[in-house]
Amino acid sequence: MTQLTTVWAKEVLDNLRDRRTLLSSLIFGPLFGPILFVFMINIMLSEATSDVDELLELPVTGQEHAEELMIWLGGNGVEIVPGPEDAREAVSRGDVSMVLIIPESTGEQMRAGQPAPLQLVVNNARNRDRGDVRKARRLLNAYRNQVVAFRLQARGINPLVLHPLVIDEVDVSTAVGRALVVLGMMTYFILFSMLMGGLYLAIDTTAGERERGSLEPLLTLAVPTGRLILGKVAATCTFMLAALAITVTAFSISINFIDLQALGMQANFGPGIAISVFAVMLPFTLFGAGLMTLVASFTRSYKEAQTYLTVVLLVPTLPIIFAAIFSLDPSLELMTVPSLSQHLLITTLMKGDALKIEWILVSASSTLMAGALFIWLAGLFYRRESILG
Amino acid sequence: MIRAQGLSKSFGKIHAVDNVSFSAEDGKITALLGPNGAGKSTTLRMLYTVLKPDAGQALIDGIDNQIDLQGARRKLGVLPHGAGLYPHLTALENIRYYGRLSGLAGTVLERRVAELTDSLDLGSIADRHAKGFSQGERTRVALARALVHEPNNLLLDEPTNGLDVMATRSLRKLLLELKSQGHCILLSSHIMQEVAALADQIVIIAHGRVVADGTPEKILARTGADDLESAFVTLVGSEAAT
Repeated sequence: MTQLTTVWAKEVLDNLRDRRTLLSSLIFGPLFGPILFVFMINIMLSEATSDVDELLELPVTGQEHAEELMIWLGGNGVEIVPGPEDAREAVSRGDVSMVLIIPESTGEQMRAGQPAPLQLVVNNARNRDRGDVRKARRLLNAYRNQVVAFRLQARGINPLVLHPLVIDEVDVSTAVGRALVVLGMMTYFILFSMLMGGLYLAIDTTAGERERGSLEPLLTLAVPTGRLILGKVAATCTFMLAALAITVTAFSISINFIDLQALGMQANFGPGIAISVFAVMLPFTLFGAGLMTLVASFTRSYKEAQTYLTVVLLVPTLPIIFAAIFSLDPSLELMTVPSLSQHLLITTLMKGDALKIEWILVSASSTLMAGALFIWLAGLFYRRESILG
Repeated sequence: MIRAQGLSKSFGKIHAVDNVSFSAEDGKITALLGPNGAGKSTTLRMLYTVLKPDAGQALIDGIDNQIDLQGARRKLGVLPHGAGLYPHLTALENIRYYGRLSGLAGTVLERRVAELTDSLDLGSIADRHAKGFSQGERTRVALARALVHEPNNLLLDEPTNGLDVMATRSLRKLLLELKSQGHCILLSSHIMQEVAALADQIVIIAHGRVVADGTPEKILARTGADDLESAFVTLVGSEAAT
């Protein structure tokens, strides 16, 4: 065994035996994403599909005071049910999504052509009900407009005077589009679990080693410092790769619990895509391991390293948020940005589009180069005398 | 054989070690004696290659450790102050790790590990994880680790710190044994009794400088003191006064 593989083997064995490292790097980190992901997408899907025309159940108190309205609503896909006794209480408890209250005076006011106040009791804090409430409000407005038109006509006025402008809103956001935003988060979960996978090793092999007092004797051995660093980085990479493999596998299983076909997407996150995602992410191992080792190598203690590295965990999100805000499309220039390039490549894969070979090459080489730079810098820090404290 | 020639080291404005020269012979135990903060650890760290001197040379068996770093390291066994083990590795795995890094493998390595297990009395803890070791057990394993590549020279920084009486005695016995095998042993200490019991040669350091150097008898004669402690106080005190 060469010195490099000796260091690698020792670090891997040492950390495999540490239950805390093992749990957080190979279990919590890699499985957290896929599980949360399915959860989130399914909620989004149920919201997106609740808009589709299905019978709206509307509790109404005082139905008898506006019979025409009830008939009209009934004809427009609303199932009227009797309202609860205490509307506010029932809505805030969430028993019903809303209640329409029609006061006794309504019939008389309508006949007299006076404004008739109706109450729609809603709870805007409940996201799930928003679609239903929006629909109810739209129907009530439609009814109101109809009444206005009748009244104007009765007075010999063309109702069209009320519509000097007709604004047609064309919403091109589809359920697929919205779901893609969430699917884009998959990249972050993958990056996150990779970084989590290597986090404790990066700390243990630098700041941990120093805090334990095992670094000084190690540095008195006839081993070039560069070889020590490379062995340690290789061990960190190994854990990150394991985390990557676990998380991609977990995603390819968990995605079966999402009804992707309802979104018009290919439901096949099969072995092919999984392997592609793994391959696209591969260069990020060196980048992440280099970055974390570098940061950990200039901290003084385990605790300090942990603090800084939690911030590092957030760094790869920034380009992804950036991409989401500006809805960036993949381009050759963007492929030079590590984490952003992986994000764009994976999103493209998820959409079922083809990847350009030059994108992959630029993404991989820029990420690997940045990783090599970090490792080189970490080596400089390691050679400083003050590393011993 | 270790030779320090005009070693100096400053940290910012503090002159931690100032023109220190001495030699530690093979087959002898040499002690660096001095109060806390005198520069003993800094001197040792320059000798065992983790600090670069601002001036001067350190020769390990005639090899300048700044010219042939790895060559010098191969001839050094080091027990730094507060040396730590890897808690999730067993005693023997800790030792084997250093052995492999020093180029040993296979039966050669195993034979050497067995020898050390025997001479350092590690049998009872050999396959236990280092996590729960006592200070004495830790020191013994760290010492075995330092000796695994059979270095001619052994450098120990405050080796008896935190050891109980029995552990101290067994360490002393071991150092005397290594000395009789012809090793060059250089240790630092601020404990008079330890030095008196072990050292053939004493180098007294105060404020980063060598204030006395020689056999215990020579040092006593020079200061006119009856025991090492009074001699030490005389030397260090007079140095502090200047």
